[in-house]
This record gives sequence, structure tokens and C-alpha cells, in this order.
Amino acid sequence: MAKRIDVSGLNAYYGSFLAIEDISMTVEPRSVTAFIGPSGCGKSTFLRTLNRMHEVTSGGRVEGKVMLGDENLYGAGIDPVAVRREVGMVFQRPNPFPTMSVYDNVAAGLKLNGSYKKAQLDDIVEKSLRGANLWNEVKDRLNKPGSGLSGGQQQRLCIARAIAVEPNVLLMDEPCSALDPISTLAIEDLIGELKERFTIVIVTHNMQQAARVSDRTAFFNLAAVGQPGKLIEIDDTERIFSNPSVQATEDYISGRFG
Amino acid sequence: MDITTQNPTAPPAPQPGRTEDGRAARGTTRPGDRIFLGLSRGSGILVLVIMAAIAVFLTYRAVLAIGKDEANFFTTFEWNPSGVPPQFGIAVLAFGTVVSSIIAMAIAVPIAVGIALFLTHYAPRRLSGPIAYVIDLLAAVPSIVYGLWGALVLVPQLDGLYGWLDDYLGWTGVFAWNGGAPRSLFTVGILLALMILPIITNVSREVFRQVPQMHEEAALALGATRWEVIRMAVLPFARSGVISASMLGLGRALGETMAVAMVLSSSFDIQATLLDPGGGTFAQNIASKFNEASEMGRDALIASGLVLFVITLLVNGAARLIIARRKEYSGANA
Repeated sequence: MAKRIDVSGLNAYYGSFLAIEDISMTVEPRSVTAFIGPSGCGKSTFLRTLNRMHEVTSGGRVEGKVMLGDENLYGAGIDPVAVRREVGMVFQRPNPFPTMSVYDNVAAGLKLNGSYKKAQLDDIVEKSLRGANLWNEVKDRLNKPGSGLSGGQQQRLCIARAIAVEPNVLLMDEPCSALDPISTLAIEDLIGELKERFTIVIVTHNMQQAARVSDRTAFFNLAAVGQPGKLIEIDDTERIFSNPSVQATEDYISGRFG
Repeated sequence: MDITTQNPTAPPAPQPGRTEDGRAARGTTRPGDRIFLGLSRGSGILVLVIMAAIAVFLTYRAVLAIGKDEANFFTTFEWNPSGVPPQFGIAVLAFGTVVSSIIAMAIAVPIAVGIALFLTHYAPRRLSGPIAYVIDLLAAVPSIVYGLWGALVLVPQLDGLYGWLDDYLGWTGVFAWNGGAPRSLFTVGILLALMILPIITNVSREVFRQVPQMHEEAALALGATRWEVIRMAVLPFARSGVISASMLGLGRALGETMAVAMVLSSSFDIQATLLDPGGGTFAQNIASKFNEASEMGRDALIASGLVLFVITLLVNGAARLIIARRKEYSGANA
């Protein structure tokens, strides 16, 4: 199911403001790629261009090419709704639907995609919750509201919801920044398991986290406030954290700025 | 998130009304606080006193009237409190009030929700501002103006609609029409729908605006279309708010007086179909009979007003039950 992402010459705007400029990179299937960089450098914006969520923001628009497998996500006649069914997303703050039960949250994406028999749904919901390491904690409360879970459980519920529709890619926008260390560890372990099946891209402010979970790391930076964010370099995580080829990367990682 | 913001090293705050060494310090509360406490407590008590006074007065007069009623107060199709013996009943009024309000709600709620969704989720901002403003204006139009417009403009236009309903839905019986003037409960319902549309729209719009962005993004990211986002994240979240908005509208519809009196050709019987002129509502009946009523007549009208009051309470109570039943899914704990 996992597919390669190939971005070339990508610019993203908010109205007339150029937020990220000329980004090109390749994300390998069945790997974890982490985006790091200071606030405002455009890493979240870039992440949101990968499932066409950027254009949901008013004034948001994108130039350039994002190839998913052999399909350009921004090609003519491509439906953003269809893109988002292939590229799942987990957000910074856990956002299960508060009006739905645990079960219905996981089944929400499936119900959009077509009709399933009850037994099929039951299977997929259980599989997804197991996949998100949440099944044992919620199997007796599937019909209770999803918003009654703890923050870490809610975030794993959101992951279960995202993987239930079997996307090709899973985007995570600072998925642990609202969680305590134990819940964070649970999510990080989960990311390690999920990369067997999905292409994963994760934005994080936590550099230890990037070092722990990712295979490749991309460093973004901006020259000054009001300037567009740029991709400084992308390389194997080990190399970025030990011997990066750009001085700015080393400065950022060693805490000399940003 | 349950991160407490308390600083554990901060010294415990002194208890209000006590000095730092813990002794009670009477008289040290600031005069401003005491005055404000007195004022707000007084206002709160005043409301209760007024409510109780109204209830006692209404109930007393109503009981007097019902005691003298020689007919069944709840089932009689007659209003003759000054007769010998006095005979009156609220069956026609209850029927007319409930039916016209149901018609009004059936028309107004879907349209109001549609307008509110359009304004919050579809219309470009430069269009939604002016439209919202116009709707606010509609809410401020006095009901006598709606009544005039209803009687002079709406009623003469309705023959076509009535004919169409008779042709296609006449077989149900409810929408059969014998060609009389369209001054029926159905027309009242249409007019009431117009009158309650603005309030339902405005409150629903506020409710839809408060749906957190993150829930809509969650639905979008799953590959939901705009309509699916609304169905999945917006409507369920706003459900209790829309019910409250509808109750506000229903309250106005149940109690509307002048506009109904001006449009309805009232009579003290229940028509076989919605389109035949006749019937009445509580408020319309009180307005049209109060001036010429004897003291007994007034007491009888007060008794009918008390029934309207009880109906309104019941409806609101039912709405609260509906909202409370799914409280844990309301999103309040998100």
C-alpha cells in the first residue's frame, strides 16, 4: 500500500504571501521522514500540501508538483477529496469526533468510502484499533464517546481512524506535542510499527523524537520573519544528527539558535 | 489536556474574609463587593418573586373560571363564558396553536438551518455579512407588520399554492381544499414560519460558527466532501444548539398574537383539513376577546393563557431532555 512521494519545485502561498519556496524532496515508501525546524519555517504548511489540506485555509494555494506513486496530486482533474482518502493525517491536538463513540470514530472514514456490512466494519475497526495499540484499552467501551478517553488514547484513536481506510501515506503534524511523556512513548512505538505498512511523514519540534523515530530527517529554515521557509537539507537521520552537511542544520540541532 | 496551571510553590492564597493568620475578619470585605452582592442577589430574588406572583395570580383566576365552567374545559368546542350556564373549552385553541406551530417549525427549521449553513460554510465573506445583516433586520420587524403583510399580500397570493396542494396532496385529506378563502391554520403556519425564521437562523449561525476548526479538519483529512464534513462534524456538534434555536422560534410561534389574529378567519371548531378557514390559537383568541370580555370572560381567557404557559413549559422541558440525553456526546467534554 505504501507509495513513494516525489515533490519538485513546490511553492505554497497564503494569499500573496509565499510561505514555502521551491521545495523538492523524495520520501521513500515504508519509512519515517521527520520534518524539523524553527516555528514558522513552513514545515507544517509543507506537510499540509501533501494531502491538499493547505488549500482548505482561506487564500491557500500551491504551485509545483507532488507525485504520489506515478500520480501528480496537483494534476488537472485530480479531486482533493480523493487525495485525502489516500493520504491520511493525524493532527497536533487529538481531535476525535466528540459526538461519536470510539467505534464510530474509527468507522467514520470507512462510512464515507462506501457501504460495508456490519461484520466487515467490526473486523476493520478491531484491526485498526489493534494497529493503533488501543484495542485492549477500549474493547469494553467501544460504544462510549471517544472524547472520554485520555489525551494519549484519543491520539491513538485518531491514528486508528486514519489507518482504518488503509491510506498510502500517513502524515503526522506534531502528534505528541499535547501529550505526556508516557503517551508520547506509546505513539513513538506505534510509529515504528506502522512504518512496516505506510509511508510516514512526521513534523516534530522535539529533536530527540526525530532522532528516535525517523529514518530520514529534513531540516527547514527561514532567513527572517516574513521570508519564505526553505528546505535546507534532507538526509539520513543518523547523518543529520551526527554530521550534517550544512552549518545551519548543525547550529539548530546543537541548540545554537532557533 | 489536563495540565493544571497551578504553581505548587506559590503560597496558599488567604481565604476570603479572613486575615492572614486565619482569624475571621468581619467587616473587612470591601463596601463595593457588598453593594454589588446585594444588587445582584436582589435582582435574582426579584425575578423569582415576579414569576411566583404571576403564577399565583394566573392560577387563582383560572381556577375560579374553571370552577364555574359547566362544560369540560379541555374537550369542549365552545367559548361562551358569559352564557347561562357558562360553557367554554380550550380544545380548538390547543389544536390550532399546536398545529400552526408545527407547520411553522416544519417550514422554518430546515430553511433556517440551510441559510445558517450557507452563511457559515458556503457563502464568501463579502456575501455572508450583508445577508446576516438583512436577517437581523427581519428579526426586528414588529409582528403587526408581518400581520399586515400577511393579510394584504400573502393571503391573496395563496390560491395557487392551495390549488396545487389540493391537486397533489388532497388525497391525504389533510390538504384537501374546498375553495374557501386561504385564511386557514396552514396560512398562519406559513406566516409564523417567516416570523421565526430569523431567530432560528441567527442562533444556528452562531452555533455553526463555534464548531471547532479541528473537527472539520479531521473530517476533511479523512476524505470527506464539504457536505460530508457538515454531516459528520458540524451538524452533530451543533445539534443541541439548533434544538435550542428551534425552541426559541417555537416559543415565538406559540405565543404570536396579532399576526395570527389578522390572517386567520377564526371560528370555534376544528376543520377537517388544514386548508379550510377556521380554528383559533390561544394568543389570538385572548387578543380578539379580551376587550369585550366580562369579568368571567377574562378569567376564562386567563385560564386558557395558563394552558398555553404549561404547553410552552412542557415543550421546553422536552427539548432539554433531548439535549441532556446525549450530553456525553455533546462535545462539551472535548
